[in-house]
Amino acid sequence: MNNNVATVLQITDIHKVLGGKEILRGVSMTVDKGELKILIGPSGGGKSTLLQCINFLLPPDQGRIFLDGSEVHFHKKAELYRYRQQVGMIFQDFNLFDHLNALDNVSIALRKVKKIHKAEAGDRAYHELERVGLSDKTDLYPAELSGGQKQRVSIARALAMDPKVILLDEPTSALDPELIGEVLRVIVDLARSGMTMIMATHQIGYVKSLTNEILFMENGRIIEHGPPEKLLSADADTRCRGFCEMLKDLVREP
Amino acid sequence: MDAFTAIIDALPYILKGTAVTAGIVIGAMVLGLIAGIPMAVGQVYGNRPVRFMVGVYVWFFRGVPVLVLLFLVYFGVFGFIEIKLRSGYGIYINFSPFMAACLVMGMVSAAYQSQIFRGAIQALPQGQLKAASALGMSDSMAIRTIILPQALRIAIPAWSNEFSIVLKDSAVAFVLGTTEIMARTHFVASRTYQHLPLYLLAGVLYFILTWMGVKALLKLEHKVRIPGYSN
Amino acid sequence: MDWDFYGQHLIPALNDGLWISILLILPSATGGLALGILTGTIRTFGPPWLKRIGNFYAGIFRGTPLVVQLFILYFGLPNIGIYLSPYAAAVTGFILCSGAYQSEYIRGGLSAIKRGQLMAAKSLGFSSTGSIFWIVLPQAMRRALPGCGNEIIYLIKYSSLAYIITCIEITGQARDVATTYFRFTESFFVAGLYYLALVSIAGIALGKLEKKLYIPGFGKQH
Repeated sequence: MNNNVATVLQITDIHKVLGGKEILRGVSMTVDKGELKILIGPSGGGKSTLLQCINFLLPPDQGRIFLDGSEVHFHKKAELYRYRQQVGMIFQDFNLFDHLNALDNVSIALRKVKKIHKAEAGDRAYHELERVGLSDKTDLYPAELSGGQKQRVSIARALAMDPKVILLDEPTSALDPELIGEVLRVIVDLARSGMTMIMATHQIGYVKSLTNEILFMENGRIIEHGPPEKLLSADADTRCRGFCEMLKDLVREP
Repeated sequence: MDAFTAIIDALPYILKGTAVTAGIVIGAMVLGLIAGIPMAVGQVYGNRPVRFMVGVYVWFFRGVPVLVLLFLVYFGVFGFIEIKLRSGYGIYINFSPFMAACLVMGMVSAAYQSQIFRGAIQALPQGQLKAASALGMSDSMAIRTIILPQALRIAIPAWSNEFSIVLKDSAVAFVLGTTEIMARTHFVASRTYQHLPLYLLAGVLYFILTWMGVKALLKLEHKVRIPGYSN
Repeated sequence: MDWDFYGQHLIPALNDGLWISILLILPSATGGLALGILTGTIRTFGPPWLKRIGNFYAGIFRGTPLVVQLFILYFGLPNIGIYLSPYAAAVTGFILCSGAYQSEYIRGGLSAIKRGQLMAAKSLGFSSTGSIFWIVLPQAMRRALPGCGNEIIYLIKYSSLAYIITCIEITGQARDVATTYFRFTESFFVAGLYYLALVSIAGIALGKLEKKLYIPGFGKQH
């Protein structure tokens, strides 16, 4: 790696068949340190599957993934677990651990996976919750939190692991409109602080100015990619712009 | 002798059987728990052979009456082992009816408990395991720290139901001559001919024991309850 | 292995017992289910005093061991001048006990039906009984079916307890053969297989019934 910007994550030619349907048909991308990449496209286009494949939550049928230049051998369990600690994941439906309060949701992986001492893990978890603006909600359980708060806890949970890159799978799509803002603000802060992220979303407006590249996915392929000003400019004749225009008609962006 | 004196006379003797009944029930429930949890995990997350073996176990022990299993194990299997040890190695062992009762009821309960826990695990949202994996947890760690703590909580009401079934089934163990409530009642009743009042007394005792056990488990359920979480 | 033991002694004896077992199970299962539907409906929709009686009955029979109930019927009732044959005592006990459990499933099924169903039925001119019988019960029965089926399977296994009050069915026959020929393991194992077969057949039949009564989307929570 001789460039001054280091490549964090490199994905080459990922294929995935689910239930007899070819969901991913050869997806490749390179993510540099500090970049924010936005995955966009119609539902069923493979965005979510791609993110899950990157974290090997769904093992890709074909293709290779490199973290910091070295290939990830996901068949080796220890290597897979080490890799996942470095790649955070934010789910559409939060997936907070329902039996743990907010603090323990954030600290459990620190304690059990990273074997960090309980008190230290608790401090770290508190710090992360503070960062997402939830320092007063540490003792509440998932069922006592609003959707936006749940998603912020899940972001804190991912951040606590010191990930090199965070994958966000439509982090706001399960939220009521009035709760979207609080989550997006946290994500914007993360992007500003230089966190490397790949985010599938339909809420581009908010993060457009911070986005390095938009990847437009359809039928299991990235069919267009480029910086937002290129793909979304008024005179651009792209599928992506058409899609975004259509979205704008459906939902008003914040 | 009238019914009232019969009950008063027999009460201390029958009450002593409560400890034996409790022993059988606790032994069986603990055995069922220890065996049932791994079986449930195996059935949900295991590979084909594991799932198949657990399936056969559950099918067998849920399909054969406790009474038949008690006879089979105590007179059949235990008797066979005792004779083999005696004639082959000169070792004299005597398996007690109590042991047979604990073992049989524990094995049966393991079959039922495994299905309780399996249901509880499957009732959890799929995302729980995914989220744990995404944090770098191994499958076994995710099951231990994320899945089971939730599943076991969800399972408490069904487990309490299983407890009351085991408690009532334990009365069958008297056929082997264990000295629990039912055996003692039967013994006194056949001497005094006060069958009706004494069996009613036994019924009341079982009723109270069931009620106490279920209350205790309800307390446990509230104690480990997660705020705002309902299923 | 000596097949004579199986062919000449064990199997014929168990087949005799099987016949008695079936004669115990069939009336007990139907009677128990009928009693359960009646009691369950009463416990859900009945007037308060009747509800209380229903709850008391179900509580008593669900809270005590079946063995105790059978002993009371067979050994206890003669104390007050009522004599039942082993078979009659067994079937009575099974029906009463099973009915208590069945009523619990029926009640659960009934109370899961939304109030709107009853209101809609009434708005169409159904009487209270009519709307329960035509609208609510058919839905409740579908919900209750897995539980009720399970209870019947329990009943098949508990029919072995008839042996304890000297009604000689499969278990009793196995015990006789076992002690006569001193072949405990084989006798009780094969007896176990008989029950396993009965339970499995019942399980398959109930699965078929459930599939037949299946309504798409019914019972899902929204």
